[in-house]
Amino acid sequence: MTTRNLHAGLLSLTLLIAFLAVWHVLTTSASHTAAATKLSSNQIETLEQKGMPKADIDAYATEGLTFPQLDQIAGLGLSREEIDAAGGIQSFGFTTGGAAEEAETGFPSPAQVWREAKEQIFDPFYDRGPNDKGIGIQLQYSLARVLTGFLLAITVAVPLGFLIGMSPLWSSAINPYVQVLKPISPLAWLPVALYLIKDSEQASVFVIFICSVWPMLINTAFGVANVKGDWLNIAKTLEMSKLKTAFRVILPAAAPTILTGMRISIGIAWLVIVAAEMVIGGVGVGYFVWNEWNGLNLASMIFAIVIIGLVGLILDLALGQALRLVEYKE
Amino acid sequence: MPHYIVKADLLGKTFPGAKRNEPNVVFENVNFRLEKGEFVTCIGHSGCGKSTILNILAGLDTPTSGCVFTDGKLIDGPGLDRAVVFQNHSLLPWLSALRNVSLAVKAKWPEWSDAEVHEHALKYLEMASLTQALDLKPHALSGGMRQRVGIARAFALETDVLLMDEPFGALDALTRGAIQDELIKIWTETRKTVFMITHDVDEAILLSDRIFLMTNGPQARIAEAVVIDIPRPRDRGEIIHQPGYYDIRNHIIDFLVKRSKELSGSVRAVPLSEVQTENEELVYPPDVNPIADARKSRRRTLQSA
Repeated sequence: MTTRNLHAGLLSLTLLIAFLAVWHVLTTSASHTAAATKLSSNQIETLEQKGMPKADIDAYATEGLTFPQLDQIAGLGLSREEIDAAGGIQSFGFTTGGAAEEAETGFPSPAQVWREAKEQIFDPFYDRGPNDKGIGIQLQYSLARVLTGFLLAITVAVPLGFLIGMSPLWSSAINPYVQVLKPISPLAWLPVALYLIKDSEQASVFVIFICSVWPMLINTAFGVANVKGDWLNIAKTLEMSKLKTAFRVILPAAAPTILTGMRISIGIAWLVIVAAEMVIGGVGVGYFVWNEWNGLNLASMIFAIVIIGLVGLILDLALGQALRLVEYKE
Repeated sequence: MPHYIVKADLLGKTFPGAKRNEPNVVFENVNFRLEKGEFVTCIGHSGCGKSTILNILAGLDTPTSGCVFTDGKLIDGPGLDRAVVFQNHSLLPWLSALRNVSLAVKAKWPEWSDAEVHEHALKYLEMASLTQALDLKPHALSGGMRQRVGIARAFALETDVLLMDEPFGALDALTRGAIQDELIKIWTETRKTVFMITHDVDEAILLSDRIFLMTNGPQARIAEAVVIDIPRPRDRGEIIHQPGYYDIRNHIIDFLVKRSKELSGSVRAVPLSEVQTENEELVYPPDVNPIADARKSRRRTLQSA
């Protein structure tokens, strides 16, 4: 078993290294091609008509100057050699920034992401105004929303699940609503929540609540309804009250199923918060990703995406650990 | 007049049949009573409804007709005046052996302190030779040990009546023997009234004061009560050498192989309403003593010779 784990670990590591290598190769070669400007034959013709030699056009294009810039340079009526002698095109107010910009908007290499990540990790809680906060602060906000919505969902789903699981009448009565409400995308509730609650913070918590409630409700009801008849018979022969039976027999018997539901819920909640924050804005990892995209800060965006994955993993592990505590073997 | 602690009057169980107007009568007109401190087993083929009778006594099932009493009180549900040992041990898998027993003790005596509950549970687990397994959960116990925990739990309730539904059915022969010894030990110490279902003839003879023989279903009934007057204490190794042991064994085997089928459904059911209006005496299954009968018939053959 341990040797298999070791082998699996090595294999995982190899896959990661291979992935990073491919990523590296693709992004670094892509940035070279991106630096050069491609001119159409029409544009070249126009420039040649203005007296710019073909060799100069190619040279400028490789430096990454765009057509409008070349057009202006052609307007100067100076050859490339003359311009170089005068201190290069920069001294005429032209930037080869076109090329630099091209390199940054191109997909970042692993090294760029790592540089960004280092900065963010060493200073996760910096706060430089509303649209520039550290990843730590973003995570705090997102996690607070997720946990609030999730805990609210527990307080509703578990008791309601018990009711449905214990009473076939309630089960049949509530089931149609569950079936209709369950497939609704949590984001579809967002406008409703925003209109009714009129507070974006509470609306996002509501969205988390509504998406976490179903798996827990269904699993709790299933777990409660499927408690072994033998165990209930014990409770009956011991004259346990309904409440005592619920806490002493049904709850521990159904606990693994209930916790599995919670595990599914927290996973969905973490998926949904990113999308909800993109829509709502403010502070949070979802909006952070969106904001970095808008600022074309792709390295930072990729770093945030990786962090979202890692936090999701930790949430899942935490509930997996809790599940272990209540699990039992028959 | 003996003190009957359990009484079953005109018990019947009917299920709706496949066809209309042809209900499936599992058993009917079942009457019996158990003396205080008596160990009674019930043997019959599958489908004769013996487990249903036990569940009715436990209050987990309801009869279609008739009623059962413990200590003169009508049974209308499960209760702490009767303890049940289930066929498949039915321990709560998330609790240790000790906690399984304490749960029951706490339910019966809610006013007890934790120390008292612990002490009481421990006493019965020790009686079932489970001192080594107190903190183990059921999955870590062997099949025999699990069943012993179930028995300890039932005896720990110190009820007058114990109901056991094939408690050793799922165990291998060797383990079964060991637990039978354990059961005899605990029963001898406590002298509770036991009603037990079994398939094992030797087990029934070893443990019982009387053995109820049931005819085959549908329309099963208790045909007779075989009296086992082999003196106690009985020992698993010794009992087969007791005079008359094989007379009893042969009688029961003969019943199960031949007569249970022949007698099946031969008595017409008396509807409850009729009986009540006529205030008819209940007919109990006749006591049969194969040892005495064998002795008599031997004497007769001697005389005629």
